[in-house]
Amino acid sequence: MEHQEIVHRCFRCGYCKFTEDYHDINCPPYLKFGLDTYAAGGRMWLINAWLNHGIETSKHYAEILYLCNTCGNCKEHCVFTFKDDLLNIFEAAKAELVEKGLIPPAVKDYLQGIVANGNPYKEPQNKRGRWAEGTDIQTFSDQEFLFYVGDAGSYDEPGKKMALSVGSLLSKGGLSIGILGSKEKCDGNDVKALGETGLFAKLAEENIRLFKEIGVKNIITLDPHAFNVFTKEYPKLGGKFKAWHYTQVLAMLVKDKKIPLSGYNAKVTYQDPCYLGRHNDIYNPPREILKAIPGLVFSEMKRNRKNSLCCGGGGGNFMTDVSGLGKDSSSRIRIREALETGAEILAVVCPICYKMLDDAVKEEGVEEKIKVQDIAEIVHQAIRS
Amino acid sequence: MGVDKMTDIYKSLVEIVGEEHVSNRKEELYFYARDPGLMPAHEPDYVVAPETPEEIQEIVMLANKEKIPIVPMGAGMALTGLIIPLKGGIVIDMKRMRKILEVNEKARYAVVEGGTSQGALKAYLDRNYPNLRHSIPDAPPTVTIAANVAIHGQGRLTQQYGFNSDMVSGLEVVLPTGEIAKIGSCSMSPSWFSKGPTLPDLSGLFLGWLGTTGIITKVGIKLYPRKKMRDVEIFVTDREDLIPEILFRLTHTEMLEDMTAWFQAKPIIFQGNHHVTLYITGDTDEELEFKRKMVWDSLKEFRDSKDGGFMWILPAMKPTFLDMPQRSITTFADVKKGGGFEYSGPIALIEKYPVLARKLVELGTKFKVAYSGMARVIGRSHAMMFGIAFTFNRADPDMMERVRKALHEGITFAFDQGGIPWKPTVEEQKMAMERMDPNTLKLMKMIKENLDPNGIMNPGNWKVN
Repeated sequence: MEHQEIVHRCFRCGYCKFTEDYHDINCPPYLKFGLDTYAAGGRMWLINAWLNHGIETSKHYAEILYLCNTCGNCKEHCVFTFKDDLLNIFEAAKAELVEKGLIPPAVKDYLQGIVANGNPYKEPQNKRGRWAEGTDIQTFSDQEFLFYVGDAGSYDEPGKKMALSVGSLLSKGGLSIGILGSKEKCDGNDVKALGETGLFAKLAEENIRLFKEIGVKNIITLDPHAFNVFTKEYPKLGGKFKAWHYTQVLAMLVKDKKIPLSGYNAKVTYQDPCYLGRHNDIYNPPREILKAIPGLVFSEMKRNRKNSLCCGGGGGNFMTDVSGLGKDSSSRIRIREALETGAEILAVVCPICYKMLDDAVKEEGVEEKIKVQDIAEIVHQAIRS
Repeated sequence: MGVDKMTDIYKSLVEIVGEEHVSNRKEELYFYARDPGLMPAHEPDYVVAPETPEEIQEIVMLANKEKIPIVPMGAGMALTGLIIPLKGGIVIDMKRMRKILEVNEKARYAVVEGGTSQGALKAYLDRNYPNLRHSIPDAPPTVTIAANVAIHGQGRLTQQYGFNSDMVSGLEVVLPTGEIAKIGSCSMSPSWFSKGPTLPDLSGLFLGWLGTTGIITKVGIKLYPRKKMRDVEIFVTDREDLIPEILFRLTHTEMLEDMTAWFQAKPIIFQGNHHVTLYITGDTDEELEFKRKMVWDSLKEFRDSKDGGFMWILPAMKPTFLDMPQRSITTFADVKKGGGFEYSGPIALIEKYPVLARKLVELGTKFKVAYSGMARVIGRSHAMMFGIAFTFNRADPDMMERVRKALHEGITFAFDQGGIPWKPTVEEQKMAMERMDPNTLKLMKMIKENLDPNGIMNPGNWKVN
């Protein structure tokens, strides 16, 4: 297995479970189940045992690996020099299971959906661009920016709402954008995280080829997961495009007054998505947008920035749902923390966070107290007001 | 145990704690069969993670009914196998019980659940009571307060106030027969200010017993003033024979928050020297500088004779020393790129520092293993914990065996020097009991048999024959 020379070096000391100041447990599967095997140290020791035949491949071993949200909290807080390889090790261990065909049924279903349909929702390709119907947003031809919305932005209800809000704001701000519509394919970020390296390579190569064919140079992504893979993985495969997450662009448009904001009287808190924050160190643009809105009262949740708690949807879990909800699920904990701030809106900038947290609001039964909204939707409110 | 019986027990545990928090699957049995140290693994039959004292009570009653062992577990970082279920049974992972229940600011104590981590209490106080602190050990922050006092751990305030178990201000314990008992002032008052006095001090039935006499579900722990400023000094000498006198003089000043003496062969800048790390605190610059002067003055003779001096600490190095817990101590585990270290920590007189230090260097050479020596002063030079620590590569069985032998020889030597064990392995417990007064052993046996008639609590530990 790749990286196997490192695996035995984990001391299972548990720094990886915490936020930086140790105030909170910050590993979603460990929070939910409370057994050490579900935390990063547990996974390391089990992978080491698996490599040395201390345990065999089993349904439970696979579940433990696939419950990891790849949120990166362990990598952020581990005290050892190999910390940067933790997620690579988990990915490699999952790749071994993929190779042997011993993955949880939900993961298999997710991957098969992408192979057969190009997306895990198993929706037809021609539905991809429907969210943009009736708008001025055109299919990409020679525009300055490709607006890449991804699977969730194309097929998931909260994601589609988000794509529409973001797309219209980018146009309103005077940017020349185009979408791929029915030509768009899964970006592969979560496919890679699930250990399907072959499928990831295929998706990435096809996307890179398409982007080059149609002359894409600059990409704005709806989804931090896509932003992550375009900036970190595609260049290794020859796909050197400039990429931004939409909040980076929107923050500039707001700052330059290209999007005039009247105001919005609302109490808002914000969920840092793992693939924008911890994975890419982008924390300020979403906050700059919110703080620029007159009348909006912004307050942080106690866990924020590099100590933010994952929504629980990373690593494909938003679809595979290996973990499930429950009072100790990180998405529900996050809603309770958002309520503690007094906020009536939990702002998100990731379609996966949107879905996970929106579901958690319902599960907590607090629809009357708080709602989840994408920052672009909030900006629209601020324009209308 | 038959399959049907095992299935019944599993179902009962599921009823008590819920399916998500109980396991008899190979993965959990593998993990909870071992700790990060060198003791041989032994699998439990079940692992559970309860959330309330009442759940623990039900588990204990089930275990009594079925006559199966119970092993309570915090983070498992004693490294000496104390949470390895030597006879199988149920490992109770306490860490879901992590609520901080009360902080009494004026009486300076906190009440926490039995799985609350040291790190969580520190962070809670930092955020909500910045004028208060507790005696945090340098173990990783995940280690629990209850387990630390149950093994007589030490921490950053041990030089001032003794063992962390001396700072307990009350306990709630699930007894081996299932009753929930309150120990100390909390047994008759809503307040947790005393673990015993002026009542009969029953806390001794649980502190130091390594989980063999009950399960601590709540701990009252004393808090202490936290000064606004904190600084570190390091005094260095190449003469280990001077360390006892240095520590004696430093404790006489009563100016220090904490002090540890340490030595190690690597990196090369530390080789051949003994370092005394000194922590000074103050609410004002004047207080800090007054204390610093007292400390410097106390060691004037050694400075004048050129037998030692204060080391200039690079500003970039200060955060490493001021860190609580000190992360760099944990990273000792990966010195050999092997993820392992273990240490014996005999409690001995400070005057034994030179012989113990020389012995540790000798063991490192003899067994070709990387060592680190550290003495934490307990009280005003009343004793010290002398850490005999070796790092090892978990993928190198030969090195692991050499470390085992070095540790065995080290602890034997420490006993010969009049030391007593801290967090002893089962083997060290046996060695200690062989040296103990027979009537002391008889008393231990009486207590144990009366508290735990079915012998279910962490069996194999403190086993008096």
